[in-house]
Amino acid sequence: MSSSRYTISRSSPASRIAATIGVILLIALVAAPWWAGRADMRLLSEIFLYLSLACLWNLLAGYAGLVSVGQQAFVGFGGYMLFALAMFAGISPLAAIPLAGLLGALIAVPVAFLIFRLRGAYFAIGTWVIAEVFRLSFAQVSSLGGGSGTSIPVGIVRSMASSRSMREATTYWLALGMAVLVLVVIYLLLRSRNGLALTAIRDSELASSSYGIDIWRHKFVVYVVTAGLTASTGALIFLQKLRISPDAAFNVNDWTAFVIFIVVIGGIGTLEGPIIGVIVFFLLRETLADLGTTYLLILGLVAIVVMLKAPKGIWGLIKARYGIELFPLSRRVVDQKSEN
Amino acid sequence: MDWINAIVQGVLLGGLYALFAAGLSLIFGVMRLVNIAHGDFIVLAAFLGLSLTTALGVNPLTVLLFVVPIMAGIGYVLQRGVLNQTLGDDILPPLLVTFGLSIIIQNGLLEIYSADPQKMNAGALETASVAVPGGLHIGVLPLLMFVVAVAVIAGLQWIFYRSALGRAFRAVSDKQDIAQLIGLNKAHVFGLAMALSLAVVGIAGVFLGIRTSFDPSIGPGRLIFGFEAVIIGGLGNLWGTLIGGIILGVSQNIGAQINPGWQLLAGHIAFLIVLAVKPRGLFPRID
Repeated sequence: MSSSRYTISRSSPASRIAATIGVILLIALVAAPWWAGRADMRLLSEIFLYLSLACLWNLLAGYAGLVSVGQQAFVGFGGYMLFALAMFAGISPLAAIPLAGLLGALIAVPVAFLIFRLRGAYFAIGTWVIAEVFRLSFAQVSSLGGGSGTSIPVGIVRSMASSRSMREATTYWLALGMAVLVLVVIYLLLRSRNGLALTAIRDSELASSSYGIDIWRHKFVVYVVTAGLTASTGALIFLQKLRISPDAAFNVNDWTAFVIFIVVIGGIGTLEGPIIGVIVFFLLRETLADLGTTYLLILGLVAIVVMLKAPKGIWGLIKARYGIELFPLSRRVVDQKSEN
Repeated sequence: MDWINAIVQGVLLGGLYALFAAGLSLIFGVMRLVNIAHGDFIVLAAFLGLSLTTALGVNPLTVLLFVVPIMAGIGYVLQRGVLNQTLGDDILPPLLVTFGLSIIIQNGLLEIYSADPQKMNAGALETASVAVPGGLHIGVLPLLMFVVAVAVIAGLQWIFYRSALGRAFRAVSDKQDIAQLIGLNKAHVFGLAMALSLAVVGIAGVFLGIRTSFDPSIGPGRLIFGFEAVIIGGLGNLWGTLIGGIILGVSQNIGAQINPGWQLLAGHIAFLIVLAVKPRGLFPRID
């Protein structure tokens, strides 16, 4: 029994099947403007943008241990940057989306230096204060409509594409592209050296720091990258809405509570979790949204029960039972003889 | 003169913020728990006070006799029934469970009381004032709130450092397992800590409801004020929460004096400055 029989592998039959299905699904989704109706495309775009926010929050809370309840700061900031760049600098909205992300990452640097002084749960409330500061500050900017907000001028919207259907297809593809980009960035990050460090930090801060991992630097990088991508997503969200106001842009329910719900239900600390969670969330919403406040009561209750009874979420239950992994992240020892 | 007035009113407002903060500081000190629904419990207490004043036809201050024990009861049951299960090394479960609780309380109140702003009427007390040297008039109600805040903090300080209950609090805070060994039931002690925290929340909620109008959505804002007061004053320092509350109240009133839109912003900025300069707060407890 020589050791050369054994190799280290990351992919598994499940992950190879998932990759194939994923590619087919992606092709079908890219083609949606030719087969889906206008309302379906709007719903799908919203799902993609929530998926993007959920994956980013999951990276922050599930991997880097940075539990933020203030990510609406960056969603709203990105949205406002899109409006400001398009309205005052005359930049095309398409170019403004990555720029908004860049600015979001830049503003996250001083923010991180401040709130990284707070630990654990106090960090969470600190992020909320930052979001409030952003909201109150943007409400003071009268050229962006102050407290009541503003709409994007028709001319700028028209400049995006020649026809309405083309414009709708463009925003749809942008939303899909954003979700795919976020998934790919997080996947590559987690497979890299930094990802290994992050996973170690997630499992034990004490142990990983004793191995020489610079915890502060890793958390800082994750926070800034997440902020940038969140701001880009925010820019896209408000490009679809065409209207922004401080209360909508920095809404804790829309951009943080729902996102946390999605991640907790799906399974925190896994890449698959947010995908499952976003499906469950939208199924619940499409069936229960007419109930209004009762719907939110149910969401809160479900989140509490899941956190108490199945803290790893739906994907955690599946993983514990069947041991499958759709994204090949962990390493396994493969016996080559039995494999062949 | 306007400025002196703004500062004096800010100091008195700080008393209310200290009441928001004291309960938060207490449970963090005992079990390292941060209750995200803290602000929503304050609003819940205000609505409870409102319902009781209307039902019993009494002065809002009288309903404190009912609101405080009811809130304390809710606190004990909540801690033993739900929150004790979330405590451990992982900070995520308590945070997310109280976040869910916050959404449930907000929407539950919205269902029952609607989104209309409400206010409790304390009658002549609301407009009564005393003249002080320098031509200033200080409202009796804000003064009363400040005095109550000082009394509550003094009381908590006494409980924490001088009573048997406080000894139990400090024991489980220092080392949970050892506290269990010497015969303390930590589930019960944590329940009592949360009961005490929500009793203070009951007082804070009733005073909030007398002082300003309130609606189901304002809870998170009160949590943030309480949290800022805790951090400004210094973690684990009960008297610090009073100083933190005063600094927050004064900053807000000075901000409002410059420009009405800057009231809340000025308070947050004062908090961020303290965080930048003295991250452990102005008067951290030395342990």
